Amino acid sequence: MMSKLESKEDKMLEVQFVGDDDVLNHILDREGGAKIKKERAQLLVNTKKIIKKPEYDLEEDDQEVLKDQNYVEVLGRHVQESLKNGSATDGGNKVYSFQNRKHPEKMAKLASELAKTPRKSVSSNLKSDPEITIDIPQCSKGHSASDKVQLKTTLTPVNFSYMERPTANNDKSEFLSTAPRGLRKRLIVPRSHSDSESEYSASNSEDDEGVAQEYEEDTNEVILSEQIQAQNRVLSAPVCKETPSKKMKRDKTSDLVEEYFEAHSSSKVLTSDRTLQKLKRAKLDQQTLHNLLSKVSPSFSAELKQLNQQYEQLFHKWMLQLHLGFNIVLYGLGSKRDLLERFRTTVLQDCIHVVINGFFPGISVKSILNSITEEVLNHMGTFRSVVDQLDWIINKFKEESSLELFLLIHNLDSQMLRGDKSQQIIGQLSSLRNIYLIASIDHLNAPLMWDHAKQSLYNWLWYETTTYSHYTEETSYENSLLVKQSGSLPLSSLTHVLRSLTPNARGIFRLLIKYQLDNQDNPSYIGLSFQDFYQQCREAFLVNSDLTLRAQLTEFRDHKLIRTKKGTDGVEYLLIPVDNGTLTDFLEKEEEEF
Amino acid sequence: MATSSVSKGCFVFKPNFKKRKISVPIGVNVTDHDLTFRSLTEVLQNNVTPYVVSLQAKDCPDMKHFLQKLASQLMDCNVDVQSKEKEGVQVTQKKIHYSMDSLSTWYMNVTQKTDPKIPRKKRTPSQWQSPPVVLILKDMESFTTKVLQDFIIISSQHLHEFPLILIFGIATSPIVVHRLLPHAVSSLLCIELFQSLSCKEHLTTVLDKLLLTTQFPFKLSEKVLQVLTNIFLYHDFSIQNFIKGLQLSLLEHFYSQPLSVLCCNLPEAKRRINFLSDNQCENIRRLPSFRRYVEKQASEKQVALLTNERFLKEETQSLLENLHVYHTNYFLVLRCLHQFTSSLPKYPLGRQIRELYCTCLEKNILDSEEYASALQLLRMLAKDELMAMLQKCFKVFKSSSEKHFGNTAKRIEEFLAQFQSLDAEAKEEEEDTSESQSKGLQKTDLYHLQKSLLEMKELRRTSKRQTKFEVLREQLVSFIDSLVREYLLLPETQPLHEVLYFSAAHTLRQHLNAAPRIALHTALNNPYYYLKNEALRSEEGCIPNVAPDICIAYKLHLECSRLINLVDWSEAFATVVTAAEKMDANSVTSEERNEIIHARFIRAVSELELLGFIKPTKQKTDHVARLTWGGC
Repeated sequence: MMSKLESKEDKMLEVQFVGDDDVLNHILDREGGAKIKKERAQLLVNTKKIIKKPEYDLEEDDQEVLKDQNYVEVLGRHVQESLKNGSATDGGNKVYSFQNRKHPEKMAKLASELAKTPRKSVSSNLKSDPEITIDIPQCSKGHSASDKVQLKTTLTPVNFSYMERPTANNDKSEFLSTAPRGLRKRLIVPRSHSDSESEYSASNSEDDEGVAQEYEEDTNEVILSEQIQAQNRVLSAPVCKETPSKKMKRDKTSDLVEEYFEAHSSSKVLTSDRTLQKLKRAKLDQQTLHNLLSKVSPSFSAELKQLNQQYEQLFHKWMLQLHLGFNIVLYGLGSKRDLLERFRTTVLQDCIHVVINGFFPGISVKSILNSITEEVLNHMGTFRSVVDQLDWIINKFKEESSLELFLLIHNLDSQMLRGDKSQQIIGQLSSLRNIYLIASIDHLNAPLMWDHAKQSLYNWLWYETTTYSHYTEETSYENSLLVKQSGSLPLSSLTHVLRSLTPNARGIFRLLIKYQLDNQDNPSYIGLSFQDFYQQCREAFLVNSDLTLRAQLTEFRDHKLIRTKKGTDGVEYLLIPVDNGTLTDFLEKEEEEF
Repeated sequence: MATSSVSKGCFVFKPNFKKRKISVPIGVNVTDHDLTFRSLTEVLQNNVTPYVVSLQAKDCPDMKHFLQKLASQLMDCNVDVQSKEKEGVQVTQKKIHYSMDSLSTWYMNVTQKTDPKIPRKKRTPSQWQSPPVVLILKDMESFTTKVLQDFIIISSQHLHEFPLILIFGIATSPIVVHRLLPHAVSSLLCIELFQSLSCKEHLTTVLDKLLLTTQFPFKLSEKVLQVLTNIFLYHDFSIQNFIKGLQLSLLEHFYSQPLSVLCCNLPEAKRRINFLSDNQCENIRRLPSFRRYVEKQASEKQVALLTNERFLKEETQSLLENLHVYHTNYFLVLRCLHQFTSSLPKYPLGRQIRELYCTCLEKNILDSEEYASALQLLRMLAKDELMAMLQKCFKVFKSSSEKHFGNTAKRIEEFLAQFQSLDAEAKEEEEDTSESQSKGLQKTDLYHLQKSLLEMKELRRTSKRQTKFEVLREQLVSFIDSLVREYLLLPETQPLHEVLYFSAAHTLRQHLNAAPRIALHTALNNPYYYLKNEALRSEEGCIPNVAPDICIAYKLHLECSRLINLVDWSEAFATVVTAAEKMDANSVTSEERNEIIHARFIRAVSELELLGFIKPTKQKTDHVARLTWGGC
């Protein structure tokens, strides 16, 4: 693979970290007369702290792997290939290991790689690849000065070795010219390499520095990446006999930790400063986004269908297991909403079931319990607290054993339901014999919601249902990235939230909207003061005291529909943080409906 | 169980004017605790007193709440007894501020009233004028020390009117009581310590009652048992979960194995065999173990088995019967072997019977090194140890009603008798040698002395080679070995074992011990794993540019550190996607195509946000923050 890439990418370097042992091996190897390696240009930078980092990583990683293997064996994992779980092949450490400090240009680089070679794209998974290939960054505008400062401060001199392909030599002048000269002055690497057995000629040393800097940066990434296989391969051989072994040990424990804080403490952000505004991309709202996306022809539909069919065969098994007291949780990439819907339409037609859209921003445990008491049990009374209501439901279900209820929860891990109390309550519901729960989770850390006690309440059976289908519904309420781009809370979420409120509350909100729209041309408008607002509401017979108004406002504030600001005179001003276009749309819509 | 001993314990020792306190040290974070305490409460309520209250630390931040909870629960449980006659009073009482005084007056009232009505239980000793109030504090460590101290001091003042027994649940060590309570307070208590059984023992009981018996035909294969015990030992120590795993394997077995109809007790299975359909017969013929069995038969019988339904059914019946017999023998011999190996130094075959069972299921135990070393160790045991083991073993065989093991039991009895008689013989022998020695001493002649010494040496060498005891021990070991050789065969060697054994360990692990993160990671990194499209096949660590949008976006975001510039990201995304589209030769205007790609990017990003990989940040405009640390 190397040679192929080599011819294709002239500037491709191979950088590899080696431990002391390998170094020695290599020396022996050379004495034996391995000529091939001599051809390769070698550069060596020796410093105080020496191979500490790579060495450490290697050892640590080996242990990790060992531990993993033990554990894996213990679970009997090694014996059987689990068919549906992707887990079989990757040990845990491979999945989410420590992060490297990445080069800002890496992404563009990778993108072009991916674009260029559909098949043999350059591996970005440094760890999994025995040979790490890293492009020499072309120091372009993106490579900002802050970057270099960062380098200087964070990089303690590290001894590393790297290997340059012969072809790279030819191109060296080209990329050296791109390297900023100023860089060299900052170089803090001692020049010990000059008296080591570097194969560079003396005349090269000036250039080496620049290169060294570059390499240092690159290698830093490599150092951090835990590389197991490095031990097996000897590609280059710097000698560093003065390795202080004691130091190595002492630094060991703190190292990973340091790396973490190193990357997190610096307030410097190593990304480019471009913003979306400069891109001049038209702002998209939900509707246009939807329209645009509908034009995309779905790929791999045959395979997706096959996947779905596989899952559909499980429906009857799920029913059986639900009836036997287990609850079912679906996980895996892709929206599981359609799957659950199909489950509902195929097997749950004749049963009482409640569908809960966890991703809906207005959902709460209270509303779930309400729908159970009101819709399912036809109870019209009110309850003092959620706990009371829960107790009542539990008693009811315990008394009437013929009662059966299916709960379908899309996104049990959503923002609104993931709280400890909500989970406790849903768990208690699901532990009832005649309530059957089937839920889906999507969030990466969703299982952290449940401790042992909750897990035993839920009595889960896990099913992996990777569907790759898009989270259209689930993300349509999300008011984050998309909103930032279109600059407003999506209209739909506004209407959804308001629909759940009382007519009075809606009236109050409409008053505020109207006032804000009337003042939209006033550049110094900072909002409607609370007292004025109260007066207006009173006149419209919407509230009878300022306490009730405050209560209503709290509701809005919880849904982030209004913002309050203290003015210079100490008076509270109310503002809807939604752009005026959306508000006009909303008012129109409202008027259509009522 | 601990529960019954608790209720007994509080009656045996009763110092006057002191409250007694019982601590039940239990492990940390075990889901079974609720069950334990619930059964404890039940036992107490049935046998000792109707007034059992259990409190949790989170309900009682201070004394007021503590008393309130105590009083309301106490009166509730009393209401149950009195068939809720005074519900109206109950409601008004809720608002009263409770004090120990009011509690004790309430208690006086109740006991006086109920005394004539409820006949004393037999087990309640006469010292108790009326049933005591039992207060269970499930998690003693998490109570505020102030509350505990105050409560103990106050209630010790009222002990005459208000007999109280405290039960503390302790998760750490009993010393914690003294650490939480100063001497002045703890001296008011009469502490009695009870230890609940460790969960491992519960596990042993469960296995013993459910699996190591012929009563229930359902059996687990080695891997399944391994997975279940490992989840138990490495994850939660919860018997409840272990039982859940058992239930699931039972469910899976009956769901997936068509021949599991025959997995029932023997007479019923025999009856069912007669009603097997052609299809089911075909299923039997297809069983690998059955095919192996057929191949070993004579050719005529082979033909009959494969063509004649009647004959097949008869054969199946006898095979099932054999299987049953095999299991009876198996478990007896297993227990017997366990008796011998469980106390060996270093436990080559495990201390628990489940470890031994696992080894036996895993491979032929005769081939295992552990077995060889266990036998080796047995050959070195002293007589009294061997005798003790033999005794236990004898009991095991005696307890089984199986006829054909009468012989074995007899053999063991014989061994026992022989070992006992060894004692007498050894004494005689000793006398012999002493006689000869005394004889040798009589003659003072140097020549004779030398001669007799030589003789003695000779004599000792021959006897050294094998004393009677050693011979007997050798016999015993080989006897055990023969038992193992004969009966502890692998279940896989038995025809029709598939009917009873559940072996799909991986489904069990998938559903009980799933790894959602890894699944997510695989789906994003290697879509080919799920979508078997050749276009998606790639080397490890890289993805083709035709992969689903979210995979590409994910891959690109891995290249960034803490913050990601949305513009860079979207451009990189566009580069990849455009390259992929070019190959499709889509003829849409470039502007529109760009729009669409941007929309796809937005979708991918918001999906990644939903999955929790990124979140919006205000640190820098148009940036998102990565939430996963690593994943290069």
